[in-house]
Amino acid sequence: MVELALPKNSVYGPGKIWPKPAHATKLTEFRIYRWNPDDGRNPQIDTFFVDREDCGPMVLDALLYIKNKIDPTLTLRRSCREGICGSCAMNIDGQNTLACTKAIDDVNAPVKIFPLPHMPVVKDLVPDLTHFYAQHASIEPWLKTETPAPEKEWLQSPVDRAKLDGLYECILCACCSTSCPSYWWNGDRYLGPSALLQAYRWLIDSRDEGTGERLDDLEDPFRLYRCHTIMNCARACPKGLNPAKAIAEIKNLMVARQA
Amino acid sequence: MPKHDSILQTPRARVKHLGTARAGTRDLWEIRLTSFALLPLTVGFVAIVAMLAKSDLAEARALLGAPIPAMIMVLFVLASIWHMAVGLRSVIVDYIRHQHMRELALMANLCFAIGVGLVCTYSVMRLSFIQ
Repeated sequence: MVELALPKNSVYGPGKIWPKPAHATKLTEFRIYRWNPDDGRNPQIDTFFVDREDCGPMVLDALLYIKNKIDPTLTLRRSCREGICGSCAMNIDGQNTLACTKAIDDVNAPVKIFPLPHMPVVKDLVPDLTHFYAQHASIEPWLKTETPAPEKEWLQSPVDRAKLDGLYECILCACCSTSCPSYWWNGDRYLGPSALLQAYRWLIDSRDEGTGERLDDLEDPFRLYRCHTIMNCARACPKGLNPAKAIAEIKNLMVARQA
Repeated sequence: MPKHDSILQTPRARVKHLGTARAGTRDLWEIRLTSFALLPLTVGFVAIVAMLAKSDLAEARALLGAPIPAMIMVLFVLASIWHMAVGLRSVIVDYIRHQHMRELALMANLCFAIGVGLVCTYSVMRLSFIQ
């Protein structure tokens, strides 16, 4: 059956309360999930105090403040710091989002930060996304054609190009998939909202000639049909995309080729 | 998340698993079909039940002996049980992880749906035709 409780070695407890910075006038409390694979202990929640006068406005700024000035062992992914790379996806105040685009003032203090839910943790706030990336690769996210390549480029009308809006912007941060209960229960076989949104992006690309094969590869009770339009994916997406709608469109294509 | 049976299996092999079953669309179609069918049938069912509320057995037999109410009742029973069976199948696939348990639950679901469908249909027919 589905596991509704955390495994014993994943149950977290209270952690260290780090001292407040000296001479700080405006402090915000952060409670952050910590887990080190090397010490053999269960995860713990450490408490940090961030001097807001000495820190940028976003949650990522606070995390970097903590890493640079309080505890250099705090582990997290980050790269672009402007919502393009998707590296700093994490669960902030119960919502999957990007730390770099989430303002500290938009979160109720204390700010609680966990890694993306239901994924194996590498360390602290870093989840293991190996399976997630393999699922993305499995939908073959590239143009597939049988017609010999034209001399210059594959042409596409502005109307057909517009169909890709709301799909191509996905940054593979995994906020949507890791917020989806169906992905939590059956993530080994269900492709999840992110991979399916990408699949639909190629299904409706007017230049692509592999539509039938793509649909064949998706027509499966687990790969596609575990989506029940719960809509957590659309709520979580930091780019404002709607994977649930894309999945519904794939289902419509499945019906359309039979009826 | 997956429980990896073999740590040496590649991530791509885990995702591809047993390949695609080429199935699932029929369930979607059946859920849609029965949903649309149940819209008018539920209205008819509620109306018939409301009419039966204050009637005695003879009046109930007279009402269900008429062809239209009897057909609405039988169609409602069949459509709703079909809808239930497909929906429960989805719930079972969602929540029962163990392969053999899932197969047993799917069999039990089918048997339950057939059983309930037979009992309900027989009940309506008995009221309609056996005086």
